[in-house]
Amino acid sequence: MLALVLTVFFALQQQPTIPEGFAPVTGAPASEQIPAAPLVIATYAFFLLLMVFYLWTIWRRIGKVESEMQALERRQGGSK
Amino acid sequence: MAPGFFAAALLVLRKDLAIEAKSREIVYTTLFFAVACVMIFSFAFVKEEGVPVDNAAAGILWIAVAFSGTLALGRTFERERYSETLRALLLAPAGRPAIYMGKLLGMLLMMAATEVVLTPMVAFFFHAPLFARPLLLVALLALGTIGFAAVGTLFAAMLVRTRTRDVLLPILLYPVTIPVIIAGVRGTTALLQTPPEEPVATLWIGLLTAFDVVFITLALWTFEPLMTE
Amino acid sequence: MKKLFVPLAVVTAAMFAAAPIMIGMADLESTMLLVQKIFYFHFATWMAMTTAIIVCGLASAIYLFRGSKLADWYAVASAEVVVIFGVFGLFSGSLWGRKAWGVWWQWDARVTMATMIVMVFLGYLMVRKYGGPGSEKLAAAMGIFGAATSPFVYKSVDWWRTIHPQTTVMKTLGEKWPGAWLLVLFCSFAFVFLTVLLLAARVRLEQMRSELDQMYLAAED
Repeated sequence: MLALVLTVFFALQQQPTIPEGFAPVTGAPASEQIPAAPLVIATYAFFLLLMVFYLWTIWRRIGKVESEMQALERRQGGSK
Repeated sequence: MAPGFFAAALLVLRKDLAIEAKSREIVYTTLFFAVACVMIFSFAFVKEEGVPVDNAAAGILWIAVAFSGTLALGRTFERERYSETLRALLLAPAGRPAIYMGKLLGMLLMMAATEVVLTPMVAFFFHAPLFARPLLLVALLALGTIGFAAVGTLFAAMLVRTRTRDVLLPILLYPVTIPVIIAGVRGTTALLQTPPEEPVATLWIGLLTAFDVVFITLALWTFEPLMTE
Repeated sequence: MKKLFVPLAVVTAAMFAAAPIMIGMADLESTMLLVQKIFYFHFATWMAMTTAIIVCGLASAIYLFRGSKLADWYAVASAEVVVIFGVFGLFSGSLWGRKAWGVWWQWDARVTMATMIVMVFLGYLMVRKYGGPGSEKLAAAMGIFGAATSPFVYKSVDWWRTIHPQTTVMKTLGEKWPGAWLLVLFCSFAFVFLTVLLLAARVRLEQMRSELDQMYLAAED
């Protein structure tokens, strides 16, 4: 996942070639345009990352609370 | 006999004015801070030839108002906290919303005094024809200030007992008041054009009025539960 | 209520598994071509964020005026969801804008207002974390004001004409391109179901924290 995101970012760094003499053109050839596919893929990949991250933080925090609960119960069980 | 809503609000206002009249501490320091703000922006937004960036005056005016307003808010309620008069105020037989209104009126007077000094200053330093349509400008400033102060008074009051109040007030206040500032800046920019774009300014004035109604209503509604323990 | 969690999770997972396939098979849009496909999740995330904003506003008000702890849990849960979906909305919009507008960022009405809303609810989370005791009430005020300004966010793009597509795009989509309309509706539902699931999970965490506090209090006796 990380490799995918990094690849996308490196792909977006490509510089266009500089023409000799300036002349306007309408409808640039496909090779000169920003590729859309990496943007679309990056979007959906980021979404997946975000969801996984958020769910992981919730899971981790619940885990902490649970272990504290167990520690408390053990202490109570031991002292009684 | 408990005073009515506006009577109580005016009492709170008179109290604050009386205290401020003695030292004038908040007025002077806020004014000086606002002027310093404008100075700093003038260095940032003036191009190499010494000519200011187009329409910068509108943004600078409103930023100076927002920054100095935040400072004044903090100082006003710091004074209450320091002399512990806030608890006494809340125990008074006036309705809580009346206390909010009194504080808000005091804040509005404070910010109006600042703007009276700031606006000609910004117009002068930035060659900005701010006074081309004075009535519209006054309406924009007044309505924008009311919106900003309405939220600011509520937030400053509710943060009074918080340890991190100084840093939390801007963090909470600025995002919520972004629409007010944007409307103010856009309206003022419209007035700076040649000729001044009156319909655009009027649109933003209408929007500011809507914000003010919503914010003041919400503030009056939530002031009581927010101030009780 | 709890019994609905697993079925809803299954349905949502299925929807999210199907969505990329359906989006891949959808027709290309006439001017924007491939990059327009970001739209399906971009719009859906704002739907989810709006849902969460409404929940946060209501829960904050209920907490402030009734003192209901459950309302407070929903308020903090939905504030986190607002920030997460808001950040994704801004990110997806930025990538789409890079291709469609030529710039990564543009201070137009909708983008500015959306950023503002995310900051308001980030402020909500900050005040809860750093506000000390009693900060739940202060945060509730932020939640209420944030929810109150959000209708202006929606309408802002109509008053303030700039580069961002206006609200009329969505209103006419059903007639002009039913395929896209159905797909974006599908994605929106998937996102809203996901919001419900995330809220449930997050509220569960708060509930467990509360139980833990009770256990500590009982242990001290």
